[in-house]
Order: sequence, then structure tokens, then C-alpha cells
Amino acid sequence: MKRIECLEAIHDELAACAVVTIMGAVAVELYSLGHRPNFFYLEHAMGLASSMGLGIALSQPERKVVVLDGDGSVLMNLGGLTTLARYAPPNLTHIVFDNQSLLSVGGFPTATATGSDLAGIARAAGIPKAATVTDVEEFAAAAKAAIEAPELACLVAKVEAVGPKSFHMDLHLLENRFEFQRALRPPSEGDPTP
Amino acid sequence: MPVSERHSKLVYDALTAAGVEVVSALPETWLVHLIRLAEDDPEMILVRLAKEEEGVGISAGAHLAGRRSAMLMQNHGLLQSVNGIVSLAQLYKIPLLMLISDRGHLGEPDPWQTQGGKTTRPILDALGIVTDELSDPATVQLQVARAATLAEASLSPVALLLTRDLMWEALA
Repeated sequence: MKRIECLEAIHDELAACAVVTIMGAVAVELYSLGHRPNFFYLEHAMGLASSMGLGIALSQPERKVVVLDGDGSVLMNLGGLTTLARYAPPNLTHIVFDNQSLLSVGGFPTATATGSDLAGIARAAGIPKAATVTDVEEFAAAAKAAIEAPELACLVAKVEAVGPKSFHMDLHLLENRFEFQRALRPPSEGDPTP
Repeated sequence: MPVSERHSKLVYDALTAAGVEVVSALPETWLVHLIRLAEDDPEMILVRLAKEEEGVGISAGAHLAGRRSAMLMQNHGLLQSVNGIVSLAQLYKIPLLMLISDRGHLGEPDPWQTQGGKTTRPILDALGIVTDELSDPATVQLQVARAATLAEASLSPVALLLTRDLMWEALA
């Protein structure tokens, strides 16, 4: 299955969530399907998308938060899985696209290519609701259920190592940052408006 | 234990007075009382980390979601966090209020802390991070308030070094 097919399958569900993605193909593909102010693309700081998602989820427990992560990034912050498990915010869904490679930097294999099992690691870290899916229908059903359910879930989607032709996005990261902040904290009543 | 409970309480009260609602932490000796205070405060969201760099992500998420946060770490936690500080906080203009225990500086008896101690100030300086030292209990509240104000106004990391003078209580 392709990552972009997975993203397309849940694009409607993401409309009501705060979404944090990693850099590279995940960001560009989500952007290409239709950007929204509640989508934040973390264009660096590999590994910290899940930590950001946790910070948002704990700060706004009433808001659904979805992190769109990748195998290379998760492998850089495996300890973060234990922190997610420790606080287990029910409003957080952690989706990991595992293409077993560092696609945007030469396609070199990650450790998941030689058997490291991210869903298994997540379960062992203390996230009981962690599963691996391999086809789009299965992904769509599991992702929608995970976003809906009031329980921390980690969903690892095995995807092909293919991505967009270009990683350029016509959205400066600071523009995205301030737009996202405004989406998460609308102006209070009484604040001056333009 | 010679780590000052009284001064830890001063620092903690200064954080809450500055509007801090989220604290990320990884324990070390000088931070024990501060972390206990966060733990015992039902109003505080305390996030215990596996590694300090995660705290940059926690603070970024909290900021964008409208909550003030602080990070409690040892100077070696600063070393662990440098990539996150640069490629998240500074790149994306995220305020960080970093309280860093100043291990390995003058008076340090533990040999294993001494190499890191030499790097704390040069690294903060190289990162262009405004830094203040908390050493006088009388000015802690004001210094913390000013650091929090600058971090929010400049959308940048600000470092407060928790010095031996403040954190270490001389045995009577």
C-alpha cells in the first residue's frame, strides 16, 4: 500500500483533529491532498513529532490529536514511546508510516527492514493498543476507530518506499506554525479583530 | 540531604507565579525537591521524560496549545536537547523556559560532572540563548518572571542556571 492512499482514506477524519506530521514525504503528501490550518508539518527535529503531539494532547484534553510519524523518526526517539505510554492521553492517536527506509535521503534501509517491529516495541513500551496494518482498507478502518476511541493507540502502517517527486511546499514553516497556533487557540472573546 | 528544600520551593513558587502550567523533567540530585513539588501540585501537568530532548517537543506542543511550560534538567540534559532546541524551538520560534542545574562548575566535587560543567555556558552562548544565573534567593522570583516574560515575548529559549549557591544548603 502507498502512504498517500492511507492519508487520502483518513483526510476527512483529520479535519476535526490537531495533526502533527514529520518532515519529508508525509508532510508533502498530506499537504498535496489539501492543507488545513489544523495541520502542522514539523520540518526538522526528527523524533519529536510524537512529543509535540503529547504536549498538545495533555494541554488540550478535549481536542483529538493525531501524530503522523515515520519509522526513521520513531527510531530516533524510542524512549518517547515510553513517555506516551506513561501518560496515555486518550485523545492521542500515533500513526507510524513504516516504509523501512530513510526515503528522502537516499532510501537507505532502517532497522525495521531487518525485523525491528515498531508495533511490538510500542506494546512493550506500555501501549496495549498497538497494531500493524498492511492494506488500505484495514488501515482506514483501524485509523478511524483509533481516532474515534478514547484511548491512546499506535498504528503502524507498512507502506511502499515511494514518495512525491519534490519535497517543496508552498507554505513557509513559520506561516504554518502561527496558523496552527491560531487554529489551536482561537482569539478570546473581546480580543480586537482586524 | 544538602540540596536546599527552601530554595527549591522558592523556584517552584516563582514558576507557578509566572503562569507555568506544564513542567517536563528528568531527575537529578539538585532537582529532587523541585520535581517533588511539581508531583504534589494537582494543578501542574508534570511530564517525566525518558530523555531531555523530548521536553522541547512537550513545550512546543504546550505553547501552540496555549499553555506556559518549563523544562527542568541537568546541564547534561541541555547537551541532550541541543538538536531539539535548534531544529524545533529556534527554527519555529517556540519559547522555552529552561531551568538547568549548573553541575560541574566551581565547587563541584564529583569528577564525572566536571567535563560537562565546562561546556554549559559556552554552549548556551553559541546557541545565542539569553542566560541568567539564579544564585540569590531574594531575586529568584523576579528573575524567573523576567525570564518567562522574555521567552514569551521573543518566542525563544531562555536559560536559568540553578547554581550551587542557590541549590546547595550549607550544613549547619
